[in-house]
Amino acid sequence: MADAVVDYDEALATYDPVMGLEVHVELGTATKMFCGCATGFGAEPNTQVCPVCLGLPGALPVVNATAVESAIRIGLALNCQIAQWCRFARKNYFYPDMPKNFQTSQYDEPIAFEGYLDVELADGSTFRVDIERAHMEEDTGKSLHVGGSTGRIQGAEYSLVDYNRAGIPLIEIVTKPLVGAGERAPEVARAYVAALRDLLKALDVSDVKMEQGSMRCDANVSLMRKDADAFGTRTETKNVNSLRSVERAIRYEISRQAALLNDGHNITQETRHWHEDTGITTSGRPKSDADDYRYFPEPDLVPVAPARERVEELRTTLPEPPAQRRKRLQSDWGYSDLEMRDVINAGALELIEQTVAEGATPAAARKWWTGELARRANVEGRSVDDFGVTPAYIAELDGMVRGGRLNDSMARQVLEGVIDGEGSPTAVADARGLELVQDTGALEAAVDAVIAANGPIADKVREGKLNAAGALIGQVMKEMKGQADAAKARELILAKLTS
Amino acid sequence: MTDYTRSTAAEIAAAIASGETTSVAVTQAHLDRIASVDSAVHAFLEVDAEGALAAARAVDDAFAAGQSLGPLAGVPIAVKDVVVTKGLTTTAGSKILQGWVPPYDATLVTRLRAAGMPILGKTNMDEFAMGSSTEHSAYGPTHNPWDLERIPGGSGGGSSAAVAAFEAPLAIGTDTGGSIRQPAAVTGTVGTKPTYGGVSRYGLIALASSLDQAGPCTRSVLDAALLHAVIGGHDVMDSTSIDAPVPPVVEAATRADVSGMKIGVIKEISGEGFQPGIKKLFDQSVQLLVDRGAEVVEVSCPSFEKGLAAYYLILPSEASSNLAKFDAMRYGLRVGPEGVDSPSAEQVMAATRDAGFGDEVKRRIILGTYALSAGYYDAYYGQAQKVRTLIARDFERAFEQADVLVTPTAPTTAFKLGEKLDDPMAMYLNDVATIPANLAGVPGMSLPNGLADEDGLPSGFQILAPAAKDERLYEVGAALEAALLAQWGGPILDKAPALAGKAGM
Repeated sequence: MADAVVDYDEALATYDPVMGLEVHVELGTATKMFCGCATGFGAEPNTQVCPVCLGLPGALPVVNATAVESAIRIGLALNCQIAQWCRFARKNYFYPDMPKNFQTSQYDEPIAFEGYLDVELADGSTFRVDIERAHMEEDTGKSLHVGGSTGRIQGAEYSLVDYNRAGIPLIEIVTKPLVGAGERAPEVARAYVAALRDLLKALDVSDVKMEQGSMRCDANVSLMRKDADAFGTRTETKNVNSLRSVERAIRYEISRQAALLNDGHNITQETRHWHEDTGITTSGRPKSDADDYRYFPEPDLVPVAPARERVEELRTTLPEPPAQRRKRLQSDWGYSDLEMRDVINAGALELIEQTVAEGATPAAARKWWTGELARRANVEGRSVDDFGVTPAYIAELDGMVRGGRLNDSMARQVLEGVIDGEGSPTAVADARGLELVQDTGALEAAVDAVIAANGPIADKVREGKLNAAGALIGQVMKEMKGQADAAKARELILAKLTS
Repeated sequence: MTDYTRSTAAEIAAAIASGETTSVAVTQAHLDRIASVDSAVHAFLEVDAEGALAAARAVDDAFAAGQSLGPLAGVPIAVKDVVVTKGLTTTAGSKILQGWVPPYDATLVTRLRAAGMPILGKTNMDEFAMGSSTEHSAYGPTHNPWDLERIPGGSGGGSSAAVAAFEAPLAIGTDTGGSIRQPAAVTGTVGTKPTYGGVSRYGLIALASSLDQAGPCTRSVLDAALLHAVIGGHDVMDSTSIDAPVPPVVEAATRADVSGMKIGVIKEISGEGFQPGIKKLFDQSVQLLVDRGAEVVEVSCPSFEKGLAAYYLILPSEASSNLAKFDAMRYGLRVGPEGVDSPSAEQVMAATRDAGFGDEVKRRIILGTYALSAGYYDAYYGQAQKVRTLIARDFERAFEQADVLVTPTAPTTAFKLGEKLDDPMAMYLNDVATIPANLAGVPGMSLPNGLADEDGLPSGFQILAPAAKDERLYEVGAALEAALLAQWGGPILDKAPALAGKAGM
C-alpha cells in the first residue's frame, strides 16, 4: 500500500534533502574476482562455476589483477587517492545466494578514496559530488523463487539459485552525504549516475547496463528541517536500475518522508524497495547502524599494494572526461546547444564522431543519425544498432549527396536499401538505378516539354511570380522519374522564362 | 620376505625402483596391516583399497615401461581427512560433512598423485581440526598404538597413529597450533610443519586460514624431507603460498651436520612445568647436539607466554567465519527441525548445525563470533593480532642469536582417553610449545626423543627455524635422529607393543 505523501514543492519548502548514493558496478573482466570462471551474461545457470566461486570446503580465492587495475583506473578518473597498501576483508552474514556466507569485500582499507565528480545539470550549472570511496568486492549469486505470485520468497514453493554471477568483480562507489542540492536533489542524483555511467563507459571497464543489473544504485535519502543542524534518519532504496527511476525514487522518498515528519512521526531506518510500475517505494528490512558484519582482514588473500609507477602508468590510460569531450566536440562540429542535447539524448555521440571521421560533414552526420535513422528506429521499436548501418556507410551516403549523384529523397531510398540488407550505399544506388541525371540535354528537353504543357503556370513565372516555378520543377521531376537535379531544373526554367 | 610395513618410505621407494618389490605388493601389505590392526587403532575414517591399488598398478606399469619416476614413486600414503580428495569421502571428522565426496583434489593431493603415491585412505582427526587428542572426532577417537587406552595426540592423531602403527609409511597432517608436531611427539613419530605458505592450502578445509599449514607425518627425518619436497612449492591457486622453490630439505636431511651451529634453548619453554621425564630427555638431547659440535645459547621469548591466549582468540575468530558455509543447503548433512511441518531455511540451518557440529566446534564458533563482534573486535581480535606481532619479533630477535630454537614438543606424554575431555583449558595447554610457530609462520619439527622414565611413553623434541629456512629443521633433526638411533640401537617404534592380534578390541 502506498504511504501518504505531500506535494514535492511543499516538502522542499520545509526540508532540505540529504542524499548518499552507492553505485555498484560489475566490471567487464573476462574472469571472476577470485577465480578463473567466465563472466558472460545469460549463460545457462550454474555453468560458470568452480570450487572457488561455489565456496566449496577447501577452496581459496586469488585476486584478479585486471579487476584491481580497473578499480585503480576508476579511482583515478574519480579524482581519488589510490591506496598504497590495502586489504580485503570478510563481511560475515548469511545470505541464500552467497556461497561462503561471507562476502569478500573491502572495509576500512578501500583501494580508492577521497575523490569527486563534477556533474553538469540541465541549466548548464555544475554540482560537485564528493566521493567517499570506491572499493572492490564480489557479487552474489541470484535466486529465483518459483511458485509464488510475486516472485518473492514469501509464498514460493521452492527457490533456485544460479551461482554464475557469484564472484563477478564489483566496484562500489560511495558518495559523501550530498547536501545543498535542495529541490534539485533528484536531478542531481540522476545526473550523477548518468555522468558516472558515461565515465565508466569511456573507461571501458563495464558495460554499465542498468537494465541488466551490471550497474545499480542504492539511494539513501533523509530530510533535515531547514533550521536543523543534524541529518535526519535515512532510508536506503535498494537496486534502483534506471536513470529515470533514480530521479523518481528520490523524489518519492522526499515526499513520503516529509508527510511522515509533518505528521509528527519518525522515519524508520530501513531498506526500501522501488516499484517501477507504481512509482512508489515500500518497506524492506529494518536496518540499523549496528548491523554486525564482524569484518576482519581476509586471511586467505595477501594485501594489495599497487606499485606507484603502475598507478601513474594507469593514469596515462584515462580517457578524456566525457563532459570535456562533449564540449570539445560541440565546438568542433558547430552544433547549437539544442542540437547537441538531441545528439546526446539519442545516444549518437560516438556514431557521429566516427561518421565525421569517415568523411561526412558534422551536419549530415547529425541529420542522418538523429533524424532518419532515429525516427525509423522509434517507429519500428528497434535500436539503431540493429540496422546494420555503419558510420562508414553514412559517410559514403553523404559523399554521394555532396558529389551530386543523389538528391535527398534518393538518398533516403538508398538508406532504405542499406537497412534492408542490400549492401553498401553505392551498391544499393547501382542496383536500384538511382542516380541524378547529369545529361543537360535530357533535362532541357524535359523542361521544354513541361513549359509547353503548362502555359498558364509558365506565364505566371514570366510575370515575375517566381514561386510558381516550384510547380514546374515538380513536373520536371515527375517527367524524369525523380532522377533530376532539382537545383539545375530550377536554374533552367528560370533562364528560359525570365531572361 | 621383507615386511615392507616396517620399512621407511626411502627404503620402500628404493626397493620398488630396483624391482625388488612392486608398489602393488607394498600397498597390499599396508592394506592388510590396516585390516588387521585398525579396528583397534581407528586411525582411518575411510580406506580406499581399490583406488590405492589402481594407483599402485599404474606406477608398476610405468616402471615396467622404463619410465623414470619421482623419489617416492609407488610409496603409499594416508591423508588427513581435512584435505579434500576427489571422489573420496572427506568429512574433516565432522558429522556435518558426513558422506561428502568432493569434486576436486587439494593441490597437495594432485602432487601426491602426480608423484605416483597411492592414497590408502583418509585419517581420523578432531572435528575440523579442533582439539589436541582426536577425541573430538564425530566418528570416535583414535587410540595411541603405544597404549590403546591413551590419546594419539590431536588434531591429526589419525595420521600419526597410522604411521606409528605401521599402517602407512607416510601420512599428511595439518598443523594449525601443533596438530602435526604434538601427535608426532606422543606417538614416537616425526612431524613437520613447514613455513606458512610452504605447502599450498588449496583444498585444505580451513580451520584458521592464517595459521593452517599442511606437512609430513613420517617415521624418519629423511622421509619427512622427501615428502616435503613432493608436496611443497608455489601454487597459483593459493595467494598466500610462497613464490619460491622448496628449500633444500632433502640435502639437509642427508648431510645431518650440526657442527658450528647455534642451538637456542628458549628459556620460557625449556621444560619448566613439563613432565619431569620429558624435561630430562630434552636436556639429554641438547647435550647430544653439543657432543656433535653444536653450541648452545639460551634465548628469551617473553611474549610466548601470551601466545596461547592470542591463539585462542585468532583461531576461533577465523574458524567462526570459515565454518559459516556449512549451512545444510548445498552439501553434507541436512536435518529438519523436529515437529515443524514446513520449516524455514533458518530452521533447517539451525537444526543441521545443532546436529552436525560437536561441542568443541560450537564452543569455538561462539567464542570467535563474540571476539569479532562490533565493540569487542579491538579488545579481543585486535589485541591478539598485536600479540602475534610481538611473538614474531621475539622469534626475529632469537634467530639473531641462534640458527634454530629447541623445546620439548608437548608438556606431557599421551594422557588417557577421556581424562581431559571436560577441561578444555587443560587440553589447550598441550599446545603451549607448538603454537608460537603458527602465530609467527615459522617452520617446526617434532622428532622422537625417547621414552619418559615415569610412564615409558614417547616424548618429542621440537626444532624451530626462521621462516623459509626449513632445511635447518632437517639438518638438525637428522643429526639428532642419528645420535638417538645409535643410543637406542634402532627405531624407537620397535619398542612399541605389537598390535597384531589385538584387533577387535
